[in-house]
Amino acid sequence: MTNAIEAEGLVKVYRARRGSAEVRALDGVDLDVPQGTVLGLLGPNGAGKTTTVRILTTLLRPDAGRATVAGYDVVKQSNEVRQSIGLSGQYAAVDENLTGWENLYMFGRLYGMPKAEAKSRADELLEQFTLSDAGGRTIKTYSGGMRRRLDLAAALIGKPNLLFLDEPTTGLDPRSRLGMWDVIRGLVREGTTLLLTTQYLEEADELADTIAVVDTGKIIAQGTADELKAQVGGERIEVVVKDRALLPQARELLAVQAQGDVDFDEHTRRLTAASTGGAQQLVSIVQAMGDAGIGIDDITLRRPTLDDVFLTLTGHHTADESVEENA
Amino acid sequence: MSAQQSGAVSDAMVITWRNLKRIPRIPELAIFAILQSIMFVLLFAFVFGGAIPLPDGGDYKEFLMPGIFAQTIAFASATTAIGMTDDMGKGLIDRFRSLPMSRSAVLSGRTVADTIYQAGILVVLMLAGLVVGWRVNNGLAAFLFAVVLLLAFAHVMAWLGIWIGLSVPNTETAQQLTFVTIFPLTFISNVFVPPASLPPILQPIAEWNPVSTLTAATRELFGNPNPYVGDGIPGQYPILVTVGWMVVLLAIFAPLAIRKYRNTSQ
Ligand SMILES: Nc1ncnc2c1ncn2[C@@H]1O[C@H](COP(=O)(O)OP(=O)(O)OP(=O)(O)O)[C@@H](O)[C@H]1O
Ligand SMILES: [Mg+2]
Repeated sequence: MTNAIEAEGLVKVYRARRGSAEVRALDGVDLDVPQGTVLGLLGPNGAGKTTTVRILTTLLRPDAGRATVAGYDVVKQSNEVRQSIGLSGQYAAVDENLTGWENLYMFGRLYGMPKAEAKSRADELLEQFTLSDAGGRTIKTYSGGMRRRLDLAAALIGKPNLLFLDEPTTGLDPRSRLGMWDVIRGLVREGTTLLLTTQYLEEADELADTIAVVDTGKIIAQGTADELKAQVGGERIEVVVKDRALLPQARELLAVQAQGDVDFDEHTRRLTAASTGGAQQLVSIVQAMGDAGIGIDDITLRRPTLDDVFLTLTGHHTADESVEENA
Repeated sequence: MSAQQSGAVSDAMVITWRNLKRIPRIPELAIFAILQSIMFVLLFAFVFGGAIPLPDGGDYKEFLMPGIFAQTIAFASATTAIGMTDDMGKGLIDRFRSLPMSRSAVLSGRTVADTIYQAGILVVLMLAGLVVGWRVNNGLAAFLFAVVLLLAFAHVMAWLGIWIGLSVPNTETAQQLTFVTIFPLTFISNVFVPPASLPPILQPIAEWNPVSTLTAATRELFGNPNPYVGDGIPGQYPILVTVGWMVVLLAIFAPLAIRKYRNTSQ
């Protein structure tokens, strides 16, 4: 199988602005994406996802390393690369003061289509993204989900078989997210090669064949969702203890029950461990805690999150976790 | 024409189309641009005008209008700069850059659209001028030549605006920066008052300033009073000096703008 995307040792350093140190946004990123597959680039805020996408889509020049996209060098053959790809960036990039239809028509023309073709392609895409009714309205009047869909439609204008989507579902409500997943799955079924970035393990799991975990400009793990999960250890048991004083005792107990490391958060009185025995285990933990006289506020079994992946792979939580919790 | 060149022209036409489409969707912009100029007309024609007698006893309103046109056109750079930073901030420039289109078309398309936009504003201002008593006294050919000069200047100012727009971080800065540079330029000039009434160190600026030479050139072409010619080269050859300014400014700012665009966020 040939690779649609190949990157080797990509480095990007953002030069220092007044008063701030320079940022090594990418620190040697290697990627291979075989034709017709989906790569999920998974990482927290500031990991370097957008920077990677921008380099691969010719918007940014790497400081070191090389990359080919659709067989073309992203620096030396940037025009050929642009001819072969579609990009939907992290923030919807459409003209607010044009209608949905006008936006698509414009991008079609700029893609090099004759007028008639650009017109019919605009109609077709509005239809495909269930935006036909809104096609005559300016983007200003669109909801966040509609904008995202139109932005994706714009990325598909030239029917690229190589697509870059930077956090396509961030900011969407759960229903719109599911809708977006359906659209993306449809594209993949037709054979589109896709590089997708996300902050959600669940999303990468849902859509990607291979997941690459990025942290501070480096790929720290790569594999199928199953391989990654095997490393991370599948589902998690989460216990919230009533009395903070009993936290150490509860922790010991959980460590025995779950046969593994227990992460605990003093502040939220929350204990987390990898689950090995599903719901049955939950019952025995409740029982054991009860026998030991440890009151429980909450106990759940949940799927691993990006934070769990990080904790397992790096030994630390995702950098922005505290910020998010304080917000 | 090569395929690449015809691609650049057709891309520029699409970008022009896009920028013109936007104008009626944001009517505030055009309305405030016109209102600002009309406010100056009213202020100087009816409030200060009486206090500024022209040496040859010409009509102050006829004297004033070409200066107002030139001032308005000079502010065209602000419109372009703001539009450009807005496109950058909204990520549209990134989208254009990710398309297999001509890169220069994004800039040339905008400068053409903004020139057409200024033509529209000029028409409204000329009608307003006719209402307050401005007249064209020199025949159609000279009138058309003056209009061409004004629009060519608008085009040059659009290129300046692109460069400013690409150099500043946001629309607020674009607005402030063009305001603090263009505003003094239009006042240290022959637009409203005799340059001789200015402090001596400012007089050469007022004499050579492109807004002054454009104003003098169009006063001459419209057949309006043009009393402050002086003996210097700009006073004697305002049309030539204006054309010279345009060539120089374009030769400086168009390449600067294009280079800035190429290097943006590299
Ligand atoms: N234009 C820039 N100038 C300076 N630093 C930048 C610039 N763009 C990004 N960075 C820095 O580079 C690092 C990587 O940023 P990047 O946008 O690639 O992260 P990301 O993974 O896309 O994050 P997010 O999930 O927040 O979108 C961050 O530390 C960021 O602050
Ligand atoms: Mg990002």
